[in-house]
Amino acid sequence: MSVIRPDRRAALGLLAGAAASGLAGCGRRDDGVLRLTFWAMGNEATNVPLLLPEFERLNPGIKVDVQALPWSAAHQKLLTAYAGDSLPDLSQVGNTWVSEMAAIGAISALPDFASDLLTDQFDAVLETNRIDGRVVGVPWYVDTRLIFYRSDLLEQAGYGAVPPTWAGWKQAMLAVKRVVGSDKYAVLLPLNEFEQLLTFGLQGDQSLLREQATRGNFSSPSFVAALAFYKSLFDEGLAPVASAAQISNVWTEFARGWFSFYFSGPWTIGDFRNRLGPETRWMTSGVPGPDGMGASAPGGSSLVVYSSSPRQEAAWTLVRYLSDPAVQARFNVVTGNLPARQSAWSAQAVANDPYIAAFKGQLARAEAVPKVPEWERIVTEMQIVAERMVRGEYTPEAAGAEIDRRADRLLEKRRWMMERGRA
Amino acid sequence: MTDVRLNMAKVEAEAAVRPRRRPGGARARERAAWGFVAPALIAIGVFFAVPVFAALLLSLTDFDIYALADLDNVRFIGVQNYERLFGNPLFWGAMKNTGLFAVLGVPLSIAASLAAAVILNARVVKWRPLWRVIFFAPFVTTLVATAVLWNYLLHTRYGVINWAISSVGLSPVDWLGQPSTSIPAILMFVVWKIFGYNMLIFLAVLQTVPDDLYEAARIDGAGVWKRFTHVTLPAIAPTLLLVSIISVASFFQLFAEPYVMTQGGPAQSTVTVLYFMYEEGFKWWNLGSASAVAFVLFVCILAVTLVQLAVAKRMGAYE
Repeated sequence: MSVIRPDRRAALGLLAGAAASGLAGCGRRDDGVLRLTFWAMGNEATNVPLLLPEFERLNPGIKVDVQALPWSAAHQKLLTAYAGDSLPDLSQVGNTWVSEMAAIGAISALPDFASDLLTDQFDAVLETNRIDGRVVGVPWYVDTRLIFYRSDLLEQAGYGAVPPTWAGWKQAMLAVKRVVGSDKYAVLLPLNEFEQLLTFGLQGDQSLLREQATRGNFSSPSFVAALAFYKSLFDEGLAPVASAAQISNVWTEFARGWFSFYFSGPWTIGDFRNRLGPETRWMTSGVPGPDGMGASAPGGSSLVVYSSSPRQEAAWTLVRYLSDPAVQARFNVVTGNLPARQSAWSAQAVANDPYIAAFKGQLARAEAVPKVPEWERIVTEMQIVAERMVRGEYTPEAAGAEIDRRADRLLEKRRWMMERGRA
Repeated sequence: MTDVRLNMAKVEAEAAVRPRRRPGGARARERAAWGFVAPALIAIGVFFAVPVFAALLLSLTDFDIYALADLDNVRFIGVQNYERLFGNPLFWGAMKNTGLFAVLGVPLSIAASLAAAVILNARVVKWRPLWRVIFFAPFVTTLVATAVLWNYLLHTRYGVINWAISSVGLSPVDWLGQPSTSIPAILMFVVWKIFGYNMLIFLAVLQTVPDDLYEAARIDGAGVWKRFTHVTLPAIAPTLLLVSIISVASFFQLFAEPYVMTQGGPAQSTVTVLYFMYEEGFKWWNLGSASAVAFVLFVCILAVTLVQLAVAKRMGAYE
C-alpha cells in the first residue's frame, strides 16, 4: 500500500495542489518532512489541533495542517473537492456520507496493516463504514439519539423510568399529560426532522430498503406500524404539531414542562447541564421499541483517507494515533464527543457521567441505516410524507406506499447501475 | 474626425475610379473587420456560447454523483429532468417565492432609487456628494457582511427593528423565523442593498433633463407632482425601462441573501429558484436537473423581459 501507483487523479491533484499553493500539493519538501492536510469540521476542527503536538513529537517526519470546514457546507465542499481533484490527504466524514464517498471512489479501503483499528468498536457504527464488505472509514467518535426525559414529572406521574415498549411508553406519556395539564404535551417530535420516525422505523424487523437496496420497503408491516405509532402520538395530543423552527428554544420549553420527552444526541447533555436550573430534574434513557428496548441510528464521524493522496502511509499513521483509546478519552474531555473505541469509555470522565451511561446501551443496540448514496434524499422525502400524514392527508398504509413510490424514483438510477453490474 | 472622413472619401473615390477592384477591396475590408471582432467573438464563444450549449446538453442527461465517478454512468434521458421538475412541489414553491420577490421587490427598489435620485437632484439639498456616498455605500459593501449585520438588526429579541416596533407598543416580530415574514424581511435588506446603484443611473439621466422644460412647466402653472409626471417621467422613460429590466433579472437571480440569512428556511419559504438550483446541483450533485432549472429560469427571465419590452413599446418609452 505504501507504493502509490501513479494515476490520473493523483497526478492532477498533485498538479492542482502545486499550482494552487506550491506548498500543500508537493508534500515532500527538501527538509524531508511530510505535510498532511487534514479537513475537520466544527467543534472537532477547533479542538483537534490540541492533540497534534503529541503526534508530531511521536512522528518527527510528519507535520499536520488542520483545515476547518463548517458543518453546514462540509458535504458540498467534499464533493466539490472531489470533482476538482483537490481533496486533502484525509478528513473527518459524517458516518452517513461514507457510502456516498465510497460510491464515487474517493476513499481508500483500510490497508491490512491498519486492520487492528477495527477491534474494540461498536458493531453498528463499524457497519456503516463497511461498503461491499470492505471497511473504508475508521469510526472516530460516535453518537446516537436517545430519550432525554423529565425524571421529576415522570415520578409525579407514577413512573420510575421510561417503560421499554411503545405501548408502555404511551401509557407513561398519557400519565404525564394528566400531570402537566391539557395545554401541554408529552413528547417533542419536530415535523421537519426525520430522525424520530427513522428511529421507530429502524426498530422493526423489516429492513427499510429491499432488493439489494434498490427499492423502498416502507410499506412493510413493521414500518407501517412505526408510522401508525408516530401518527397516534400527534392524534392523541401527546406531541405538538410543530416544526423545530417554531420552538424558540428547547431547554426553556423543556424546563416549563411543555414536553417531557425529547429525542436528541450527546450534544444536548452539555446544553441541558448549562441551561437548566437545579430544580429541573432530568435523565437519559434508551429508546423504547415495539417490544422491548429498541434500536436507533448510529451517528458520529469517521476518519477516511482519500485515494488521491500520495501520502497514504502517513495518513493512516495519523488515523491510528487519533483512534488510540487514550487519545480518544482525552478528546472526549475536550469536546464531549463520545469515543468510538469501547475501552476509552472506561476512562474516569466518561465512566462517571450518569447521563452518558444510557448512550453506551443505546449504541450497542444501534442499527446501521441502508448504505446508499441516495439515503439522505430518501429520508428527506420520507419526512415530507410523514408530515402530510400527521396533518391528515394520508393513512399510515397510504403514507408507506407513497414513501415507497418516492424512494423507488430516487433509486431508479441505482437499479440501472445494478443491472449493469456497476454499483 | 476630419482625417477619417477624408480617408473614407479617398477610399470611396478610389473604389469609384477602379470599379474592377471593388469586390476584392470589399472582401479585404470584410476580412479586416472580422479580424477586429474575432477576439471578442472568440471570447463570447468560448466563455458563453459553448458553456450554455454544454449546459443545455447536460440538462438532457441524468448527470449525477455516479457520473462523477465514471462518465459511463451518464444516460441521455431527453426531457425527463424537465418533467420531474414540473412535478416537484418544491420547485413550484421556489417559483412562487421568486415571483413574490420580483413582484414586490422590483417596484419597491425602483421607487426607492427614483425617490432618492429626485431628492438628491433637487437644488435645495445641501451636501449632495455626501448623501450620494451614503446612499451608494450599501451597494459596494460586501453582501455577506451586510447580511450578517441585518441578521442582527432583524433579531427577534435583541434587534433594533423589533426594539423600535415594541417601543411604539406593538409586539415584536420573529422576522426570519416565520414563513409569513421571512420574505418581507429579506426584501427590506435587498432593497436597502441595491437601491443605490439604480439611484446613480437615475441621477445621471435626471441631470440631462433641461431646466427650461421645468421652467416652462412652472410658468404654465404645473405643481411639483405635475412637473414630475409630465416632465421628469417622460424624460427618463427609456432609463426606467432599462432599470426595470435589470432589476427583474437580478430579482429572479436572488440567491446569496437567502443563502446567508435563512438557508432557504423557515419551512422553505425563502427557497428561490436559484437556491433550488444550487441545492440540486451542489448539495445533491444532480447537475443534469440543476441545468434544467437554469434553463427554465432563463426562459422565465426572457419571457418577462419580452413582456416588459412590449408594454414599454406600447407606452412609447422607446422607438
